[in-house]
Amino acid sequence: MTDMAHAPEAHAAEAHAHAEEAFIWKYVFSKNHRVIGIQYYVTAMVMALVAGLLAMLIRLQLAWPQRDWGVLAKLFPMGYDVGGGFGVMRPEFYAMLFTMHGTIMVFFVLSTAPVSGFGNILIPLQAGARDMAFPFLNGLSYWTFFVGCVVILSSFFVGAGAAAGGWTAYPPLSALKGAVPGSETGQTFWIIGMVFFIASFTMGGLNFVTTIINLRTKGLTPLRMPMTLWAMFLVAVLGLLAFPALVAACLMLIFDRHFGTSFFLPTGLVLNNVPLLGPDGKTFLHQGGSPLLWQHLFWFLGHPEVYILMLPALGFTSDILVTFARKPLFGYKSMVGALWAIAGLSFIVWGHHMFVSGMNPYLGMAFAVGTILIAVPSAVKVFNWLATLRGARIRFNTPMLWAVGVVSLFISGGLSGVWLAQSAPDIQLHDTMFVAAHFHLIMAGAALFGVFGATSYWFPKMFGRMMNDTLGKAHFWFTFVTYYGTFFPMHYIGIAGHLRRIYDPYQYEFLKPLQPINQLITISALILGSSQILFFVNFFWSAFAGKKATENPWQANGLEWTTASPPPHGNWPGPIPEVHRWPYEYANPDFPKDHVMQHEPLTAAEMEVKAAEGPSRHEH
Amino acid sequence: MSTEVLRKPSRPGPHRGGEGGGEPGGDGNGRGGPEVFFDPGRFGLWLFLATLSMMFVGFTSAYMVRRLAPDWTPLRPPGLLWINTAVLLLSSATLEAARRRLRGWNPAGVSPWLTATGALGALFVAGQLAAWRVLAARGYFLSGSPHNSFFYMLSGIHGLHLLVGLVWFAVVLVKARRLAYTPGEADGLGMFATYWHFLTGLWIYLLLLLFVL
Ligand code: HEM
Ligand SMILES: [Cu+2]
Repeated sequence: MTDMAHAPEAHAAEAHAHAEEAFIWKYVFSKNHRVIGIQYYVTAMVMALVAGLLAMLIRLQLAWPQRDWGVLAKLFPMGYDVGGGFGVMRPEFYAMLFTMHGTIMVFFVLSTAPVSGFGNILIPLQAGARDMAFPFLNGLSYWTFFVGCVVILSSFFVGAGAAAGGWTAYPPLSALKGAVPGSETGQTFWIIGMVFFIASFTMGGLNFVTTIINLRTKGLTPLRMPMTLWAMFLVAVLGLLAFPALVAACLMLIFDRHFGTSFFLPTGLVLNNVPLLGPDGKTFLHQGGSPLLWQHLFWFLGHPEVYILMLPALGFTSDILVTFARKPLFGYKSMVGALWAIAGLSFIVWGHHMFVSGMNPYLGMAFAVGTILIAVPSAVKVFNWLATLRGARIRFNTPMLWAVGVVSLFISGGLSGVWLAQSAPDIQLHDTMFVAAHFHLIMAGAALFGVFGATSYWFPKMFGRMMNDTLGKAHFWFTFVTYYGTFFPMHYIGIAGHLRRIYDPYQYEFLKPLQPINQLITISALILGSSQILFFVNFFWSAFAGKKATENPWQANGLEWTTASPPPHGNWPGPIPEVHRWPYEYANPDFPKDHVMQHEPLTAAEMEVKAAEGPSRHEH
Repeated sequence: MSTEVLRKPSRPGPHRGGEGGGEPGGDGNGRGGPEVFFDPGRFGLWLFLATLSMMFVGFTSAYMVRRLAPDWTPLRPPGLLWINTAVLLLSSATLEAARRRLRGWNPAGVSPWLTATGALGALFVAGQLAAWRVLAARGYFLSGSPHNSFFYMLSGIHGLHLLVGLVWFAVVLVKARRLAYTPGEADGLGMFATYWHFLTGLWIYLLLLLFVL
């Protein structure tokens, strides 16, 4: 790993050398954390566009299942029955849509933009480091991710289309090549794409943890770290410890698919009425494997994974709320403790995805208790945020709106989680749209709102300009209203028994009366999808022509605000600032101004108090 | 972790600050040096090994679950495996001998021992392949029974990691021949040793898991 470290050649003639650096090394194969972060971010947003379009097709199908979509049939001939003038979606195509929508959104968008994107942009800036610990590894991780994206996108065009076994890739659909059209080449591409993704995420995680542990500037003790930095640290640890289980599972899946083993495949499989026999023609090819084994391995990763999406949003929200409330973060230590508790508990609750898989009810009970326990640290976070906002003179700029949106989604999505966490109600609710409502509010929603909030808040550090506040607010309100409009009614139809992942709900008599709600959801989703145009317009317009940003446009306290917008190469033109206090020193009556930045030395009065009280006061 | 890992920030290590690591002549981090300081390279390696271990924890749990199925027929390990294991252990021992030479201010004495390490490692890989052939000749194939599957898969994955280790070994050997490692500054060699010993330990663990427990 020594070879990954960067030779000091760049140091000598800094200013000059960089001006002459070739475009390709500076912006394409860059090793600079900020450039890599932006590359991750932009790539993730492109993937979001694809996955969002897939969602629109899903919704059209659910609202008007038997309709003849002439235009769409022309656009996606593989997905619609065109023969005889029909343009009705094929069931296999529907399965492919929700599989790829979920896969891309969860891994390639909402794990990537907040973690790999903002993690790379913010960690060195908030920690006071010149760059990440292993810049070469960092660049490599981006390009590995890029290859993963290419593989996933190209899977739409191979053989019979992309994977169609759900983002959870349960066997036997994912393990038997002949199960559904997408189980053939599409699933192989899915596995390869995921392996690239995981490799890239692991390289990123090594960098995150090493940087945060080893390269923090002087004075930045753990309990002076901003919440975002804490979240990034825990996310990286979760990724490093949870993803390997999925790698192991994927390897076994490859063996089952291509080498005839039976890790996940049980005896007695019959495909299209033909028993799947081994080479001897008498006994079954696969014997005794356990599909449930995959589910355990998948969800051992899967549950920490949803917190990988969630934690950065929680970090961003804490930092943004405080800045715009102009008050110190309420209960900082308990906020850090809550993050640790959530991260720790996330490893022992995966069974709540499998309550109805026939697991021992006592085991189910244990998983239920563990899951409900997560409500405690989650509630701590919510109450601390509310206490932070209480009595504050809030500035409602765009970032603040998104942060409040995250709080709202975290509450409404968390409440349904408590229902689902109990194994008895889950018998009714499992695999219904109630679950879809739940995870879209809490995981997808909070992560998405977190990314939008972080984008508008840290945009100066990305591009040196401000985003347009009016456009930003319009984007927020459209998104907020239609987001609830899309996902809130799903609770209702879910309780009424509307299954998820079904191609045509109206095959079921009892679901027919729910049709108007499904149509309402779809209309809301279409508006939600189109409102994102506001964001893309604002993003590109502001990146090139927005108002130039000052060093610290929001009067915030973190180290990232002590350097230029955007920061120069090496992040600080001079020496790296030292840290003397926590990042949430707002409205302290001992100071004439309303905020004191992390690098400002203690005043004489503070020194006296500190000497009298021992070291604890300013450690927070 | 050895004490070397905990080295204090006296050294302006090549890792620190990375690209553009500070102003010329500075310590790479300007005024505020890092608070805690493990050597980042080593720290990263340990993290990576933790990740790798988690993968094998995943395999272990799968193995324990799968073993309970009624179709489980145990595989009798070929005797060759024990010889291979001895070879691998020996390679770790010669590696330690090489490091001892280095610590004893005898950089020139390093490369013979190091060469032995690589040779034994290669021998181990060859021995593993031979063991596979022995099993195949006896009619035990990958998909024959779950125990076979686990054995072939886990020994294969371990072997692939060892091949990566051999590539790293080649780099280390070239450097050692050029006397690039000095006693106080054994980083490259030390990291390689960490990885190599990890693989030795991992193999012993797999052997116990598959055939003893
Ligand atoms: C424009 C916004 C979105 C809309 C309209 C939308 C819509 C949908 C719909 C209709 C389904 C299928 C429900 C079913 O199984 O029948 C679904 C599934 C899913 N969505 Fe979204 N979604 C959106 C955003 C997101 C985001 C941001 C994420 C990121 C985490 C996400 C993750 C998922 C996942 C994981 C599934 C489950 C896939 C499966 O069960 O196979 N969605 N979404
Ligand atoms: Cu979960």
